Amino acid sequence: MANEVTLLDFWPSPFGMRARIALSLKGIEYEYKEENLLEKSPLLLKMNPVHKKIPVLIHNGKSICESLIMVQYIDEVWNDKSPLLPKDPYARAVARFWADFVDKKVYVSGKRIRITKGEEQEAAKKEFIESLKLLENELGDMPYFGGEILGYLDVVLVPFYSWFYTYETYGKFKAECPKLVAWAKRCMENESVSKSLPEQERVYGFDLKLKKVYGIE
Amino acid sequence: MSKDEVILLDFWVSPFALRAKIALAEKGVEFEARQEDLLGEKSELLLKSNPIYKKVPVLVHNGKAVNESTIIVSYIEDTWPTPSLLPPCAYGRATARFWADYVDKKLFDGGSKIWRSKGEEVEVAKKEFIEILKVLEGALGEKEYFGGDSFGFVDILAIPITAWFYAYEQYGNFKVEDECPKISAWIKKCLERESVASGYPEPTKVYEFVGLLRKMLGLE
Repeated sequence: MANEVTLLDFWPSPFGMRARIALSLKGIEYEYKEENLLEKSPLLLKMNPVHKKIPVLIHNGKSICESLIMVQYIDEVWNDKSPLLPKDPYARAVARFWADFVDKKVYVSGKRIRITKGEEQEAAKKEFIESLKLLENELGDMPYFGGEILGYLDVVLVPFYSWFYTYETYGKFKAECPKLVAWAKRCMENESVSKSLPEQERVYGFDLKLKKVYGIE
Repeated sequence: MSKDEVILLDFWVSPFALRAKIALAEKGVEFEARQEDLLGEKSELLLKSNPIYKKVPVLVHNGKAVNESTIIVSYIEDTWPTPSLLPPCAYGRATARFWADYVDKKLFDGGSKIWRSKGEEVEVAKKEFIEILKVLEGALGEKEYFGGDSFGFVDILAIPITAWFYAYEQYGNFKVEDECPKISAWIKKCLERESVASGYPEPTKVYEFVGLLRKMLGLE
């Protein structure tokens, strides 16, 4: 049976990047469809009626939503190469814990750095840096969170590297985590990652425009 | 072979801890539930096992700690595969995880907004909560359980939060049974299971607990 795979996405979305990386690591051919989030396509609204968000993976007509769920689905269906989640139940639980941490802490504090000022922004910066340090600790001396090769948590976290310049510029700080930067650069040596992440300056330019649209100074 | 040591750090009213208890019971796994005093002092084991969030539940299996209730239930499923809580096919699992995620993102926080609000906000919160229930009713459809014919992953994650529904109803002045009869029927069906009933707190006691929380937050 032919595999028809479509990804509804938006180029600066770190969540979309996760799906792009996973699909590429697995060598899956797919159709990439860019969504205009100010004018969502009927296909997007039909395939994700509950949240109306990207990314959405459409596999042989069926939709899979939410990036973490999508990456796990891709890992389970295309299980012949590049395993992402470990087999051991405890190791899987640890990977899932940190993926959840990335969403709860890195993404949320990063967002607050972009859209707040003053004390709120300072608090967000502090939380952001603390979160990265905890992740650095988790990485330890391994080349990747997945061990010797890229795994689930690497795929989940590395998209936020494309937003570092944006966070640091708005927050007027430098996230002091050399180990994590080294890890991100190591990930970027993999073509599946480098072709899935936009350049940091391009993301910053986009975000400036976005803030004007929403009237955020 | 040495026996498994399974400890669950628990709090009687926590719907998240109840998720783990139900999953372990469904799998027939013996475990020790240790009550934490979350309004008092957290135990050393809790602080050591969950240093980042310092919350219950924590599952400690042969000395290794697993945190976050949804991840704990997934761990229980991976470690003790039968009877299975998730469907066998990848798409079925992705769908179950989607609804689990929806329950996680919306149900408890949506309900909490009702009793945490004042004045006109209460009505807004109530309407939003009923909308959430209606979406879940849509997902349930004509099935007995979210898992289909068998009680599964999504049922386990959602049913503990229903012990708080009486409190939401009191503060929001509505009845789940009137607004979403299918959800009401599903709740009754789940409560027939020993694994659910044995740890399910009395809704009136949960309501009292919420009253205590409201006092602490200066809402009463």
